[in-house]
Amino acid sequence: MTATQSFYHTSAPPGLTGIKSWLLTHDHKRLGIMYLGAVFFWFVLAMFLGLMLRTELMTQGRTIMDAETYNAMFTLHGVIMIFLFVIPAIPAIFGNFFLPIQLGTDDVFFPRLNLFSWYLFMIGGLFAIISLFVGDGFPDTGWTFYVPFSVQDSKNVGLTVTAAFILGMSSMLTGLNFVTTFHRMRDKSMGYMQIPLFTWSLYATAWVQILATPVISITFVLIILERLFSIGLFDPDKGGDPLLYQHLFWMYSHPAVYVMIIPGMGVVSEIIPIFSRKSIFGYKAIVWSSMAIAVAGSLVWAHHMFTSGMSDVSVFVFSLLTYLVAIPTAVKVFSWISTMYKGSIEMTPPLLLALIFIFLFSIGGLTGLVLGAVGPDIHVHDTQFVVAHFHFVMFGGTGFAFFAALHFWWPKMFGIMYRFKPAYIGASLTGIGFMFHYIPMFILGMQGMPRRYYDYLPQYETGNFLAGFGGYLLVVGMVIMFVNLLMSFKQQVLAQADPWGGTTLEWKVPSPPPVHNFIKKPQIDGFPYDFTKVTEPSQKRAK
Amino acid sequence: MSSQIDRAGIKLGMWLFLYSEIILFGGLFVLYAAYFHRYPEFFAEGGRELNRVMGAVNTIVLLLSSFTVAASITAIQRKAKKQAVGFLIFSIFCGVTFLVIKYFEWGAKIHHDIYPNSETLVSGEPGLNIFFGLYYVITGLHGLHVIIGMILLTISLVYVLNGKVNSSRFSMLDNSGLYWHLVDLIWIFVFPLFYLVL
Amino acid sequence: MDNKEESHVLSYTQLGMVLAVLLLLTIVTVGVSYVDLGFFNVPIALTIATTKVTFVLLFFMHLKYEGPVINISFISTVLVLMMLISFTFWDVAFR
Repeated sequence: MTATQSFYHTSAPPGLTGIKSWLLTHDHKRLGIMYLGAVFFWFVLAMFLGLMLRTELMTQGRTIMDAETYNAMFTLHGVIMIFLFVIPAIPAIFGNFFLPIQLGTDDVFFPRLNLFSWYLFMIGGLFAIISLFVGDGFPDTGWTFYVPFSVQDSKNVGLTVTAAFILGMSSMLTGLNFVTTFHRMRDKSMGYMQIPLFTWSLYATAWVQILATPVISITFVLIILERLFSIGLFDPDKGGDPLLYQHLFWMYSHPAVYVMIIPGMGVVSEIIPIFSRKSIFGYKAIVWSSMAIAVAGSLVWAHHMFTSGMSDVSVFVFSLLTYLVAIPTAVKVFSWISTMYKGSIEMTPPLLLALIFIFLFSIGGLTGLVLGAVGPDIHVHDTQFVVAHFHFVMFGGTGFAFFAALHFWWPKMFGIMYRFKPAYIGASLTGIGFMFHYIPMFILGMQGMPRRYYDYLPQYETGNFLAGFGGYLLVVGMVIMFVNLLMSFKQQVLAQADPWGGTTLEWKVPSPPPVHNFIKKPQIDGFPYDFTKVTEPSQKRAK
Repeated sequence: MSSQIDRAGIKLGMWLFLYSEIILFGGLFVLYAAYFHRYPEFFAEGGRELNRVMGAVNTIVLLLSSFTVAASITAIQRKAKKQAVGFLIFSIFCGVTFLVIKYFEWGAKIHHDIYPNSETLVSGEPGLNIFFGLYYVITGLHGLHVIIGMILLTISLVYVLNGKVNSSRFSMLDNSGLYWHLVDLIWIFVFPLFYLVL
Repeated sequence: MDNKEESHVLSYTQLGMVLAVLLLLTIVTVGVSYVDLGFFNVPIALTIATTKVTFVLLFFMHLKYEGPVINISFISTVLVLMMLISFTFWDVAFR
């Protein structure tokens, strides 16, 4: 009985009880749950802030807050969403929970380092909260902390930037753990081309986490040093170049968006084959494209700087490279569609969310091409068009992938199933609200409405009002989804080990899994997306 | 749970951490490269104001310490505990020497009113301000890493003394050594970039 | 994991020879800096530095005896850094 006891009832290391069995845990599954709790808190907070921002923008002039509050609020919304939700969510929650299981092993390589990463995440979040309440208040620089404002601003830039530094360390160490686990703890009979695509996506992401994060770390250190010592490294009066700050900042922050999206794509690559009852089309192409996106995405950072005053040569080069990154990304979309073609589609909430992902992410990606082309970019840079673009890819993309992952792996993590109907309603309403909320912003941007502006010209009011209305719809949809998931704890409809007909190893262990994941040594299939055994029973019945 | 220790895995983890440190300093080298391109003659002038002899001595000190750290690992592998201890103590002493020399270098500069936001630098040539700004930031961050390295080596020394680190289990020493060598590597580039660009 | 693999032991002589090379290169680079070679002073100094770094990496840090994962990932890291620096020059060098 104890061997199959779920990890909730067995502590690792053994002998811990109560809250200590969570706060001192080495178990990657408990850490995944702990990250889920924390990330959910931050997401709800930042979502609320976003709603407040768009409510303010629904009418001209002051609606519910003053300009300074607005500036601090969009900075806070950005900082929380980016550093406390979109970057960590899928790797830290689902990566931690499932990467070891998918690889056929019992934990990550450095379990105590994993625990330390969680504490860094919590401490970073704590610093962010503290910076809300002390001194002159939260920064109003935007999450990009551009100089000279971030160096001169009297608000708590130093404290916030320190929080982001600590969060970066958490991310970097998670990446380190995943790479080591991937290379050293994989089941011996699992070759590279038998690793599930979600794990591959985490591997590609982990390299970006290790190699790109230190750039933002040093950039934040430089902000702090400039604030303390006025060295002048970015100050033109003292020989400095403010554009070099932007280069350093985007050298991380662009690859960061690939940290955000690649795991989300990994989730979709797991979901689509299962509910098409068909092997993933182009497994190798997806593996290589994940690595290619990680590499190519690290070479395009200055496409955020087309209007900054950098050289024309640079503008040309970075625009060209940006177009190259689109290619491996498109490969994935084609693979997913080809997987579904002539498949046997079973609609479930994870599939619906994955399909909405594909739709919204594609729109976001295509509008990225508009921004990547220098001519149009000059027109829409720093307008609401950009805001719409990145929300389509980060929210319509990673956000929906996160919802999909929640609905996909919920029965495995908690051993219970949620009701499908409210899930469908919530997901659809979220998708529709999303479109109503963000599409007006594309139009407003092309019409010339700037971003990060508290107020605007009269002609933009209709679009902003419509967007605000969409925002409320969007939030209602998400609330329905979250309440539905939480209600599953009350309903206690038990889930089997394999409710979906999956082929990867997490579906071969109990729901929820025991503390060491596998009761007996896992049997590794020749190929991780072989659905013949899954479709056999229904094919036999058809005969 | 595997009861066998995977030394290769522990080493891989350490190398991954070193990569992050390389990129961390790398960001500063991006700044150096861009500014050297803009202010070549002022970087040369600034370099002349640094003490080439002290810089060379510090380089030699770190190279020696890298040798002794590597030697301490050979010693531990050969079960020559006393030698390992000796080599480690010498390495830590080298670290102290490095920091003392640095202290005197910085002290001399500060005494001559050359430090971030000083009157001399603010009212002087912007190129010189950038050169010395980068000098303080890079050697400061490097010095911090020397201190961290010394702490790691000291912990390793304690473990060697109490037997926790021995010929069949020396990952702590191995990885502390790797960290120390990284500190040496960074200085090998910092030295010519600041002291020899004349 | 096979824990019985003996990690490669470098003798004191081998380590000493590496140290000798490093010290020699240090003397050379300091010496060269006293000679005015105009533009070439910097590339020469950096080449010598790169050579020294290679010796430290290969022998003191054992990179010569490590497997493909560490070797490939190390080279990749260096390449990433070189890209970060050089791509900045698309801007800085053409203003």
